[in-house]
Amino acid sequence: MSTILEIKNLAKTYKSGDRHLTVLEGINFTLNAGDTCSIVGPSGSGKTTLLGLCAGLDRASTGSVILNGIKLDNLSEDERAQVRNQYVGFVFQNFQLIPTLTALENVMVPLELRGERNVQKQAMELLGRVGLAERHDHYPTQLSGGEQQRVSLARAFSNRPTILFADEPTGNLDEETGEHVEQLLFDLNREAGTTLVLVTHDLELAEKTQRIIRIKGGHVVSDTGAPEIIATRDAEQ
Amino acid sequence: MPDIKIKPEDKPKLRLRWLLKMAWRDTRRNRGKLLLFLSSIVLGIAALVAINSFRESLHDAIDSKARTLIGADMVIGMNKEPDSLALALVDSVKNLGVRSDENRLLSMVYFKRTDDTRLVQVRALEGSFPYFGSIETEPKEASRTFRQGRRALVDHNLMLQYNAQPGDSIRVGEMSFEIAGALHKIPGQSALTATVAPAVYIPRQYLPETGLMQRGSRVSYYYYYSLPPTVNPDTLGKRLDPRLEEYGMFYDTVETRKKSMGRAYDDLARFLGLVGFVALLLGCVGVASAVHVYIREKLATIGILRCLGMSGKQAFLIYLFQVLGMGLLGGLAGAVLGSIVQLVLPELFKSFLPVDVEASFSWLAALQGILLGGVVSVLFALLPLLSIRQVSPLITLRASVEHLTSQKDPLRWGVYALLFLFILLFSRWQLGTWWQALAFAGGVVAAFAILAVLAVGLTWVVRRFFPSHWGYVWRQGLANLYRPNNQTLLLTVSIGLGTALIGTLYLVQRTLLSDVAIAGSANQPNLVLFDIQNSQKEEVLQITKQDSLPVLQIAPIVSVRLDKVNQLTGADVRKDTTLGIPPWLFTREYRITYRSKLINGEETAAGEWKGKYDGIQALIPISLEDRYAERIKVKLGDTLVFNVQGAPVSTRVAHLRTVEWNRVQSNFLVVFPEGVLEEAPQFHVLMTRSKDDAQAARFQRRIVDRFPNISAIGLDLILQTLDEVVSQISFVIQFMALFSIATGLLVLIGSVNVSKFQRVQESVLLRTLGASRRQIFSITSLEYLLLGALAAATGLIISIGAAWALSVYSFKVDFAPVLWPLAVIFVLVTLLTVIVGLLNSRGILVRPPLEVLRREA
Repeated sequence: MSTILEIKNLAKTYKSGDRHLTVLEGINFTLNAGDTCSIVGPSGSGKTTLLGLCAGLDRASTGSVILNGIKLDNLSEDERAQVRNQYVGFVFQNFQLIPTLTALENVMVPLELRGERNVQKQAMELLGRVGLAERHDHYPTQLSGGEQQRVSLARAFSNRPTILFADEPTGNLDEETGEHVEQLLFDLNREAGTTLVLVTHDLELAEKTQRIIRIKGGHVVSDTGAPEIIATRDAEQ
Repeated sequence: MPDIKIKPEDKPKLRLRWLLKMAWRDTRRNRGKLLLFLSSIVLGIAALVAINSFRESLHDAIDSKARTLIGADMVIGMNKEPDSLALALVDSVKNLGVRSDENRLLSMVYFKRTDDTRLVQVRALEGSFPYFGSIETEPKEASRTFRQGRRALVDHNLMLQYNAQPGDSIRVGEMSFEIAGALHKIPGQSALTATVAPAVYIPRQYLPETGLMQRGSRVSYYYYYSLPPTVNPDTLGKRLDPRLEEYGMFYDTVETRKKSMGRAYDDLARFLGLVGFVALLLGCVGVASAVHVYIREKLATIGILRCLGMSGKQAFLIYLFQVLGMGLLGGLAGAVLGSIVQLVLPELFKSFLPVDVEASFSWLAALQGILLGGVVSVLFALLPLLSIRQVSPLITLRASVEHLTSQKDPLRWGVYALLFLFILLFSRWQLGTWWQALAFAGGVVAAFAILAVLAVGLTWVVRRFFPSHWGYVWRQGLANLYRPNNQTLLLTVSIGLGTALIGTLYLVQRTLLSDVAIAGSANQPNLVLFDIQNSQKEEVLQITKQDSLPVLQIAPIVSVRLDKVNQLTGADVRKDTTLGIPPWLFTREYRITYRSKLINGEETAAGEWKGKYDGIQALIPISLEDRYAERIKVKLGDTLVFNVQGAPVSTRVAHLRTVEWNRVQSNFLVVFPEGVLEEAPQFHVLMTRSKDDAQAARFQRRIVDRFPNISAIGLDLILQTLDEVVSQISFVIQFMALFSIATGLLVLIGSVNVSKFQRVQESVLLRTLGASRRQIFSITSLEYLLLGALAAATGLIISIGAAWALSVYSFKVDFAPVLWPLAVIFVLVTLLTVIVGLLNSRGILVRPPLEVLRREA
């Protein structure tokens, strides 16, 4: 299996006045093609910062991020943008659809950015896959939260990414809708063979991934398969 | 693991077509906001398009009607009686074609029907002038019939003023004429010159009989020529010029008149164009602020696009295209509006124009307007647009991340340089000279800088000395001035600049008018009699006393010419231009006086004034006005030789005086001591002060009745005439300033409106936490009150400085600041700011917080 994401001795420090605040330190892990992994931890533990670094949205203070064989550390923001466009998909807690674009146009954007042709057909297929083909000309404000997240899923898979980062994908949805979106996320991921990195508070959702990395205070406190985590939790209870 | 690297050839292309499409898509929910920013440049562009279109129409009109500008192929003129040599010269030109002669002089005329007298310009015409164009009269045939007997053409305004009708009698000097008709238009005269000196035309053969050609009378001589096609008037003029200059004559042809007229009207158009440009600059501040807020609202979208792989340059271009598109649209709207406005300009400028101008659509001006809209929008939006390149994709994960670091962007300096360069080049285009352009651009930058420094200083001071023990409303209102997303800088600059402009225009206008009004103050003469002959002096003094009028000044006047300055003659000066002495000093006629003392309004600048010539010194000690001495490059002790009616009189500069020229009295460049010119041919000027119009009219009638050659002019008439002239000019300036004021208002509304978004959330939060409507109202009022007051006060201080500089350096008059109108402007601008601020916030005040939150979301 090929390595898709390799994290080596990753640390992130922020300067706040005269103080240096270390948010992440000594993070190491590797993900292979097709892996599914959750990053869990309490609020302020550094989960989202880690996701941002892994996806090339931010730059580490020390350590390395190698994504699809490309070392992100020394790339400029524009070069990292290119990497994201070619290999990365995103799903956000608050959907992050562009409000001035229709559902279809939102899905088309990553493909259009790559300069691909006939993108409308591909985007429509994806919208059909998430059950929103008939609402393709609706703007985000005309869609419910669940529908917006489904559009967001279609957009995340539109550029056929090798790795998908999802930040609390069901955090803003009610339980029923959340389950539907979860189902879609895993189905699409399986069909595309994409590596999935999920940041969540929801342990039940995390259980559905093969691997769970637990973070606390900026450090990895455990890196296990999902059943082990559940066993630990049951033991604690 | 595949070895994939980012290679240069993999770099994504810009995909301009797609970016244009994205730019269009992205405007979908923001077109209202974009329209707002577009509106702020529309008026400025409209003003410029209107003025430039009008300028083009005027040039076309001058070109097509060029020959009617002077009504002849060539005109030769002089301001003194031609001697035999000069006459020989004008006769030699007559041999080439046909000639009409005209004499012009100022004189009183007497309207018999209303028993009124009035100073007019009498024009005695002989020949069939005009050769091109026509004299427009009512009745039409009067332009022809007045030449056939003792008939006169009278300016139509005078006819109205004195209720005169064709067939009435008018007395000019000692002779009565029947009014043949009202004069509406004659080639070479604009309505404005007719206002200053309304004309009465009489046949020239009767001029000697009027008795107006007395010694010392200021008579001008004009010779109009119609030349055959074989004679080129300009070639002829150039050939004759040295001799004409030598005899103190000048010439005009269609071409020279076109040039000088074109220049004069270009100057006016340039000045008005500049007023329009200031309106545009003000609008540009609005553009910059609107784009700044627009981009802030777009940060989330930009973050998403960056996250999905868009490069900084691509994101930048999307919004650049939007701004460019809106700018071009604004330019188009401005061009349309300007093209409509220019239709009214010929009517507005009517009194200034020598020819009828038909407004016509100017493609060039419209195109310039559209392009200008695009260029200024992009230029002034560049600063906020640059920040797009710095937007981090992390914003998608954390809204609280510090996304903009553009303050450190070195490209900002390049943008500042570009902005200055643009203002400089545009001013150069409008003004025509580099130093004027530099002064204007420097002034604009200084005004911006002062206001910006003030705004930054204010936020610093409020923060540094924050009155923490004050009441909640005050603290909240004050804190709004410096908290993140505050509008202090933007509002201070836009309101301050608008106020500065309005204040400057007003102050300059008041200064120009007050310079005239000073002369009307108490104890100053308000009635002047001139052309009093020696033989008439005693009787005039007697009549004055009989009418209980004071003799405030009576001055003898002698006409002289300057022959030599420090042994240099006019010919020497013409040969050696490095001397810097203007040759016309030797050809003009001087009216000088003699007296022993200085009078009110005069002060010694250098030397000593003895006042009486003892006959011992070889050179007569004289006094010169100091600025005149500077012009002819002489100092104390230098020698001048004057030609007094043919006799050379050698003098020495013994005294220099400063003179208050705006006083109503006879002021002189050259004053001789007593004991030299008493026997020279001379006439007198008498100054008096009447209690009221009735007394003045009675006195004038008596004088004119007894001595028709004597002219009387009332200060009221001068003031009234100047007021009319200044009013006409200021009306045009105010019309153009309206564009700036309206733009300032739009920018103010725009600025307050764009800040609304930032204020809404805070205010709603406060209301949710229990703040009353009244408290929110007070906080908002206080914030805008402080901003409005501070910006208006600074703007007015800038306007005082600018108006002072314009008055002193450009108009060469003493600056007369008037404070109460400024106080009115201050109150109005401050109130307007508060009202606009409150109107924009009214939605928050009257609706439940939840509804507002939902709407704004």
